[in-house]
Amino acid sequence: MSEEILSMKGITKVYPNGVVANKDMDFSLRKGEIHALAGENGAGKSTLMKILFGMEQPEEGDIYINGQKVIIPSPSAAIKYGIGMVHQHFMLVPSLTVAENMVLGIEPKKRAFIDFEKAVSITEELSEKYNLNVDPRAKVEDLPVGKKQKTEILKALLRGADILILDEPTAVLTPQETKELFSELIRFKEMGHTIIFISHKLKEVKQICDRITIMRNGRSMGVHNIADVSEEDISRLMVGRDVILKVDKQKSKPKDAVLNVNNLNYVNELGKKVISDVKFSVRKGEILGIAGVEGNGQRELIEIITGLRKYHMGKVMINGKDIKNLSIKDIRNLNTSHIPEDRMIYGVAGEGSISENLISDRYDKPEFNGKLFLNKAKLKDLSNKLVSEYKIKCSSADQSVGMLSGGNIQKVVVAREFSSEPELLVADQPTRGIDVGATEFIRNRIVEMRDKGAAVLLVSADLNEVMELSDSLIVMYGGEIVAYFEDASKITENELGKYMLGIKKQSQEEVRRAFYA
Amino acid sequence: MRKEGVFEIVRTLIVILLALLLAFLIVVGVSKEPVLALNKFFLGPVSSPRYFGNVIEAAIPLTFAGLAICVMFQAKQFNLGVTGSFFIGAVVAAAIAIKVPLPAGIHPLVAILVGGIVGGAANFIPAILKAKWNASELVSSLMLNYVMTFLGLYIINFVLRDVYAGAMVSLKFLPTATLPKIIPKTRIHLGLFIAIFMVAFTYFFLYRTKWGYALRTTGLNSSFAKYSGVNINSVIIYSQVIGGIISGIGGATELLGMYSRFEWQAAPAYGFDGVIVAILARNNPLYIPLASFFLAYLRIGADIMSRATDVPSEVIAVIQGIIILLIGAERFLAKWRHKIVVKSATESLEAKGGKQNESAI
Repeated sequence: MSEEILSMKGITKVYPNGVVANKDMDFSLRKGEIHALAGENGAGKSTLMKILFGMEQPEEGDIYINGQKVIIPSPSAAIKYGIGMVHQHFMLVPSLTVAENMVLGIEPKKRAFIDFEKAVSITEELSEKYNLNVDPRAKVEDLPVGKKQKTEILKALLRGADILILDEPTAVLTPQETKELFSELIRFKEMGHTIIFISHKLKEVKQICDRITIMRNGRSMGVHNIADVSEEDISRLMVGRDVILKVDKQKSKPKDAVLNVNNLNYVNELGKKVISDVKFSVRKGEILGIAGVEGNGQRELIEIITGLRKYHMGKVMINGKDIKNLSIKDIRNLNTSHIPEDRMIYGVAGEGSISENLISDRYDKPEFNGKLFLNKAKLKDLSNKLVSEYKIKCSSADQSVGMLSGGNIQKVVVAREFSSEPELLVADQPTRGIDVGATEFIRNRIVEMRDKGAAVLLVSADLNEVMELSDSLIVMYGGEIVAYFEDASKITENELGKYMLGIKKQSQEEVRRAFYA
Repeated sequence: MRKEGVFEIVRTLIVILLALLLAFLIVVGVSKEPVLALNKFFLGPVSSPRYFGNVIEAAIPLTFAGLAICVMFQAKQFNLGVTGSFFIGAVVAAAIAIKVPLPAGIHPLVAILVGGIVGGAANFIPAILKAKWNASELVSSLMLNYVMTFLGLYIINFVLRDVYAGAMVSLKFLPTATLPKIIPKTRIHLGLFIAIFMVAFTYFFLYRTKWGYALRTTGLNSSFAKYSGVNINSVIIYSQVIGGIISGIGGATELLGMYSRFEWQAAPAYGFDGVIVAILARNNPLYIPLASFFLAYLRIGADIMSRATDVPSEVIAVIQGIIILLIGAERFLAKWRHKIVVKSATESLEAKGGKQNESAI
């Protein structure tokens, strides 16, 4: 059990945009263990594993397999060394069958043609051996997520993976599927495979892992036997101090509703109903949090409210105006601000300068325009003011945003969205993957906005954040609101978890209380 | 200036140098008189005022084409319809120059403006197809080039043709319509000032107006622009229409400055020349005249060389090809660039005393 089969020493990785994802990172694996790699979003876990799997090349550092120094230039080289990876987003061809996906690139041949029967029998054999049940003839696109994941795992095993990297495998799974996966993982371990389990769900880590490497800001915070550390210890190491970030705030005094969502339904491009009969209000001077496991309709809901997504059924009213036929600009002109979930896609133009990114919502306002030209001086004043007010660390406002750290990029987004003094603020994962200092800064600002009378709709995958920051709370599960808590401070994490996982559900009447019109 | 910006300029210069070096090697390899050939190639254009005038004359239409492409590329609209809008702009200018009597001074101005409007109208077609139905502007603008070419030739051959001339050419322009020459011993014409004006116009439009800001933001990250409330469809349309207007003006200016009747039998490929110029200038309107001058210099040099020696002028195509390939290749010198990035990132990390409060991603 103590034989070291893999070690990575002094890994440093800098991305072309200047982000230092790993810095002098050490990592090692013992044969036959389940090793957790834990850390917050953006701590560099995925990058380290991409390096191990040959998808990225480190600037510095060495990788040793069985004591031999190796260079892993590509995933196929990694596979040759017996390393397999199951990505968070599956690498499968949806229109092909399980068996076809399994043998992709290593197809069994019968004369010049692919031997599909052989592919099926290979798959069956393997799934029997590892007790992973999938129908080899089923099309991947028809499979539930759990089965897709099994296919991915089988694919890695078929290619001779000794070391299996699982990147946040439970993020997409139901509790039952998670349980199944865990018993499978333990079986793999008994069969002599070594598993790297990337996660930031501490309970799961405690449950099945033997050792844990904790990462923070691209560095290792040490390796521990799982038995020696408590969940609190791990979380402290992950975020740099006790995770329970207390938010200082008065009790809210909600007034009239600014946002009213009434019987909202939405069917997505694939014909799946992702939002059903959602009904709630966000009132002036209150923070309404939406809790839920990702992928339960939160994204679609936010995109509908902010105008990024069209063609919904039902009514969404902002300040008494139906937004159905309004453009994004119109909705913004109703004094709505939006901190988007993914800052690099929606929040900023990375190649643009800080000041260009700070004015994107107001460059066309009369106060910044002369007869013909933009008022450069005014725009410059504005960006300098925002840079200092929001403590954006940069050499000047002309620096390109892509060169800033994640926390500072988020501050650029926040500075823009908050300084327009919105009546409705939609904050989607406002502190995802950024450092503690910036997190605290942004959370306090959100409370400040509330105190000034803004209505805040908060979505966060960070349970601690929704619970601490929200005044009231709704829980989404399967596209529905399954619970409403008027006072967010009265509910325990345990209780909330049951609603989030769909184990508990409030009655219609209780849920309807969220609607205040 | 950002380090990145400096890097891009240095990279462009290195590419040009490499391309010239290759041209040098080719000439030395194929020519029986390489010294003379190289001399003519590199020094020919400055050997007489007339030749140098040729360079400036050739640079004028290249500038228009480069500006047109640069506006569209900054919005990430890969419209290659400059060839067509340049041509149709010239045809319309010819029609006005021939058929509409106007006082001198006003006559070329009207012809050029209408040429610009028609050029813009031509580019409106791929633009609206893209905005409405997401049709690739690359494909539709290339197809449109044929439509514009043959439409233009039809007008010339059936409406404006001089049946007494020995070739397929139009009637002569009214003398009030042509642009006057401004430098003796050369054919450099008033269009030079129009080109300079358009450079300033394009620069101010892109960097100092709200429309230019919306256009550039859409080009940098269209999702971000959309989220910020920019009407992306209108950017898609007006960026291409403005590109068309600039190239239409270019076509009209070139025609009225250099010719006394319409003589083109096919559309000159200014669309692709514009791409070369815009790529060399890194889509910055202020560098467009430099890039145009450079390309014009090479072409005139190659031309002089081919007339005086045994090296054909096609050698220029090799140089152009190398330049486009290397500048277009993102990975060229990427290692070097990456080293700069790593160094500055590590330095800034150390400057913070190796503190761990720096967020990683």
